[in-house]
Amino acid sequence: MTERNGRNGAGAAKVDRRRMMQCMAWAGTGVLWAVSGGVPHTVGLIGDAEAAQNAASGLHFVQISDSHIGFKLPANPDPVGTLGETIARIKKLPVEPAFLVHTGDISHTSKEAQWDAADQVIKGANKQVFYIPGEHDVADIDNGKAYLARYGKGTHGRGWYSFDSAGVHFVALVNVFNFNPGFKSNGLAVIGDEQLEWLEKDLAPRSASTPIVVLAHLPLWTIYEPWGWGTADAGRAFAHLKRFGSVTVLNGHIHQIIQKVEGNVTLHTAASTAYPQPAPGSAPAPGPKTVPADQLRQYLGLRNVDFALSRQGPPALTDSRLSA
Amino acid sequence: MAKLPLFAVLLAAAPAAAFPAGAAQSVTVKIHNMQFTPATLTIAVGTKVIWINEDTAPHTVTDRERAFRSAALDNQESYSVTFRTPGDFTYYCTIHPMMVGRITVR
Repeated sequence: MTERNGRNGAGAAKVDRRRMMQCMAWAGTGVLWAVSGGVPHTVGLIGDAEAAQNAASGLHFVQISDSHIGFKLPANPDPVGTLGETIARIKKLPVEPAFLVHTGDISHTSKEAQWDAADQVIKGANKQVFYIPGEHDVADIDNGKAYLARYGKGTHGRGWYSFDSAGVHFVALVNVFNFNPGFKSNGLAVIGDEQLEWLEKDLAPRSASTPIVVLAHLPLWTIYEPWGWGTADAGRAFAHLKRFGSVTVLNGHIHQIIQKVEGNVTLHTAASTAYPQPAPGSAPAPGPKTVPADQLRQYLGLRNVDFALSRQGPPALTDSRLSA
Repeated sequence: MAKLPLFAVLLAAAPAAAFPAGAAQSVTVKIHNMQFTPATLTIAVGTKVIWINEDTAPHTVTDRERAFRSAALDNQESYSVTFRTPGDFTYYCTIHPMMVGRITVR
């Protein structure tokens, strides 16, 4: 089981010159993003020395999301297989990640057998994994009891927690309980008073120069209200976060990559490891999107997050597709 | 507000056709395209309501006061509740909370 008290992932990224050069080669699969003055831009193409430096000098971890183990319809009859491909890619990274984060929807319908299958595959990475639940993980009849019994040990409230690694403070929020039934903004996710109070206290002793990473399953900004793709009280969380110089929000839920910048806060949704969903508003409803089988892996992937701790600023994110 | 256990909650995961229409009346609500259809329903006391998920996404049927609550229903799975006392009920899907249905029992 995961421990969540502090020094997790502290053996992060000690990289010698040889590995750094390997990393430069690997970085060729993507484009690195950085943000200055609120505007995201690429910091360099592949193999760029600065990019390699990013990976070499700080904290490197990997985000995966929305594995939906148990799904078996044509959009992806084998989500265990595509999760396995994702893990195989992580094992081949030239710079080992300090740990993995999974931003929810491990399972499709909150069944132990689905989590068993996910664990079996993910443990192949041989890395500590920090989990948060998606709404598919708390859809058991007891409203999340099974997830919390299995993944929630040592957490607060209904599964939220924080930890530190290599000078970066991580906050894992849970916004898949307390949905209000209803259309429009009533159907958005909610963080809730109890968790927001905890967040305020958790952040209070940190200096404004501490880089912050926030994990949450549903997007912390409203991407598309009619589909409930947003969090109604996210603004209250940002009120506690705005004094920090670098805040990176990593979300899942929508099975596609969308990014947004708000001052010092950058927000990123992630690809799924299982199946795509339609672009916001492009279909009558959200849900699994079936694409030709030979194109599926263009929509699935993982995200590398690299902090260059020698410099201020947000981490470099590299999204890789399973097809690449 | 406290609701007493007024319901006979029957299984999930069986097609509605497996239920013979007995003495009590039954009504089927289809879950399709992220909607409960019909979304509003007025029924007599003693009526059994059967929800069938025809979507590729899983859904739950969850009373907002938790008077009844299904587990996640995968594609083609069903859930049913027999309403034994009058009242107004608002339910939703906890996975897709924009999906809302209402039942009036008279």
